[in-house]
Amino acid sequence: MTMSIPRLRIRRALLGASLALGLSLSLTLGAPRVYAETPKDTLVLAWAFDDIITMDPGESFEISTAEILGNVYSTLVRLNIDDTSEVLPSIAESWTVSDDALTYTFTLKPGITFASGNPITAEDVAFSFERAIKMDKGPAFILAQFGLTGENITEKAKALDAGTFQFTVDKPYAPSFVLNCLTATVAMVVDKKLVTEHAEAVTPSAESPYDTDFGNGWLKTHYAGSGPFILRDWRANEVLVLERNDTYFGEKAKLARVLYRHLKESAGQRLALEAGDIDVARNLEPGDLVALEANKDIAIESQSKGTVYYFSLNQKNPILAKPKVREAIKYLVDDKAIGATLIKGIGTLHQTYIPAGMLGAIDDRPYHLDVDKAKTLLAEAGLPDGFTVTMDVRTIQPVTGIAESIQQTFAQAGITLEIIPGDGKQVLTKYRARNHDIYIGQWGTDYWDPNSNAETFSSNPDNADDASSKTLAWRNAWDIPALTEETASALLERDTAKRAATYADLQRKVLADGPFVLLYQQTEVGAYRINVKDYRLGPSFDTNYVDKTFKE
Amino acid sequence: MTPAPSLAPETGAGARQAPAPSRAFVRGRVVLGFLVTVATTYLGLLAVTFFIGRVVPVDPVLAILGDRASTEVVERTREALGLNLPLHHQFWIYLKQAVRGDFGTSVLTTHPVLEDIARVFPATMELATLGTLIGSLLGVPLGVLAAVRRGGILDQIVRVVGLIGYSVPIFWLGLLSLVLFYAQLHWVSYPGRLDVVHEYTFSPTTGFYLFEAAWTGQWTILGDLFAHIALPSVLLGYFSLAYISRMTRGFMLTEMSQEYIVTARAKGLSEARIIWFHALRNAAVPLVTVIALSYASLLEGSVLTESIFGWPGLGLYITNSLGNADMNAVLGGTLVIGSVFIGINLLSDLLYRVLDPRTKRR
Repeated sequence: MTMSIPRLRIRRALLGASLALGLSLSLTLGAPRVYAETPKDTLVLAWAFDDIITMDPGESFEISTAEILGNVYSTLVRLNIDDTSEVLPSIAESWTVSDDALTYTFTLKPGITFASGNPITAEDVAFSFERAIKMDKGPAFILAQFGLTGENITEKAKALDAGTFQFTVDKPYAPSFVLNCLTATVAMVVDKKLVTEHAEAVTPSAESPYDTDFGNGWLKTHYAGSGPFILRDWRANEVLVLERNDTYFGEKAKLARVLYRHLKESAGQRLALEAGDIDVARNLEPGDLVALEANKDIAIESQSKGTVYYFSLNQKNPILAKPKVREAIKYLVDDKAIGATLIKGIGTLHQTYIPAGMLGAIDDRPYHLDVDKAKTLLAEAGLPDGFTVTMDVRTIQPVTGIAESIQQTFAQAGITLEIIPGDGKQVLTKYRARNHDIYIGQWGTDYWDPNSNAETFSSNPDNADDASSKTLAWRNAWDIPALTEETASALLERDTAKRAATYADLQRKVLADGPFVLLYQQTEVGAYRINVKDYRLGPSFDTNYVDKTFKE
Repeated sequence: MTPAPSLAPETGAGARQAPAPSRAFVRGRVVLGFLVTVATTYLGLLAVTFFIGRVVPVDPVLAILGDRASTEVVERTREALGLNLPLHHQFWIYLKQAVRGDFGTSVLTTHPVLEDIARVFPATMELATLGTLIGSLLGVPLGVLAAVRRGGILDQIVRVVGLIGYSVPIFWLGLLSLVLFYAQLHWVSYPGRLDVVHEYTFSPTTGFYLFEAAWTGQWTILGDLFAHIALPSVLLGYFSLAYISRMTRGFMLTEMSQEYIVTARAKGLSEARIIWFHALRNAAVPLVTVIALSYASLLEGSVLTESIFGWPGLGLYITNSLGNADMNAVLGGTLVIGSVFIGINLLSDLLYRVLDPRTKRR
């Protein structure tokens, strides 16, 4: 369309366009819609997965990616989702721990293969560990915390022969801790041959001294695993397709395909579920959940997750640093009202930092709304008339609702709470710079072990502004040398019962005196049509397995 | 070509040709002026978006690495992305790459930004085009009739339609229409572009699904595509209809009170001819701008419509990127929107020349 078009042609084009439009409208609105029931061998889930940025297990650290990777990759050992205190064999058939608790030797299942057809050997395991450490992306620390570095990795994680893999750690850690970490997505085993074929040469630099990208560029959007499903297609914010892996070494998946459709709106998900266009709706808000509970064609699966919601008081603020003020604030949360309305169906009240279901979890809940007690404590702290303080709040539910509830209850004791709304990354940037007064948000466990939360809530090795370890205790400038030491000692406790007792003690100390006000533990919910059988959500995000699910 | 000095006697002819190069010169200057305007617009657009993106108190490294990465990893990534360089230096690097057609890689999708936009923009374009077609093909006649029978029933209807279009949030209307036309009446399909069953049988190479399905004669799929696009496009069409019909009504009222209409009536022309061929012909000129602007605003991508209907379009892409501090994607998206506005302005300028003979003479 460059130069002037003769008028007649425009008129003709307009006529044509209007005819086409009329035709199309009558086509869609006139004819009754052809029903497209989801095929029997395909599970269709509506799910918001816009957080997925990479499919490389050595790099990924997002919640949605964890679920996909959990279904398409395998690890040496996997979490028993019925009893999370133990791990089960997966690629490894068996393993032994040396007497000094430093050396772990894994015997691999014989004759097993990747989806590509390549055999799975100890070389592949060693390579997967090596690339994770050398690429040094977000989740690398889960392995690096065992004393692994780019220099020693090939010695610390190595193949003794094709069927035996040896892993050496730097301290005599609790075996439960080591094995739990090996169930994480960063420890997933990738197909060395396939990944190496697609590795790209890079110029070594100050950032990375290696001359290869370890196949990261390719694996971001491709697949090299051995799970019950293979990753067939991923179109960001559109669709994610898994297909059954017929060469899987374990029990074969029952479904031929699993299709995740990106659909963000709770209301839209509910409508599509009721109409039968999808089998499972994954992002339902409390209102829609209540409505669906009444529908006899729909069943609901819910599972407590390893994510806790809390708000925290920056100890750089001299008022919030007063112990009596911290205590008073804990009595100014109307937990019963929050539990009954704002988080109904999507969370359970929880006041300690280790989520229920994990080793060392306790269910102490001593704080309830008590305005008089809070007023007395504030008076004792020299603040009988209250004070003014700000709270940075991400503008998503239920966080905003909870912040407003807290604002009201604070006001009853004379504390004026100013809510500063912001976008997620914005609020987080401020929090990480310790520029907040009060922050409200959530913490999800990085791997299924109590240390993941203990190390952040009750450990702060260096409270300086330029510290390299920015734990949650650091972010709130809570300087706690004794607790930091106790947290570290729990890691070396080889007696599991004693280890659990140490975590219980740590949590009670944080509960009594810490700057954290734990609110609730997240419950993940999936509503599904009743012809779907054995649909389950796991305790962690990488254990939302769909390989046992089938349709009637 | 060496000029032949022996042709000197023919200077008269040369003198007559003299105005020709000057006209080419004028035309060249117009084109050059246009190019300079476009370049300045792009530069301004990029600069503003770039600097706003960097001034926003969000750490872009956070978007890439997440909350848990160690300080060393964060520092290394910051260095690798050039985020430690001075802002103007960063902008210069970005500009140099952009001129070469490299808009960087989106953090969120890990694809080159251009590739992403080539994927999401056609989805928005199909929706916007259909919406604008519905809006203008119904809106213009409605507006004309409302103006002609001013105060009549049709005029009242147009006013109410306009009022609803202006005041009701599209989010609410979208959900309501989903409940009615999808959940209750089953007239249209659920959110998304295509049914799951076709996910395997239809693999388009471009993002223009409708066009491709029609081109390759896959009629079942075309029907399914229409069942999906019908509701969001009718909805967007309704909102542009509300706007276009109101504007048409206004333009027509002005034209109908002009003296040439009185003259035409005095000549004994039929009323229909006066309305459709004389008044509308003149009202069409400003109307083109109205329709073009409404089309352009739909091409930006309607975030709310796209999110209710699970439509993988540009609006959703940019909003998502913004929320995740994915600045390359935001910049790329902004550039596309800028191009759309420039392109549509150019197009409506050209249409002006067709519709208004006076502009041709200038």
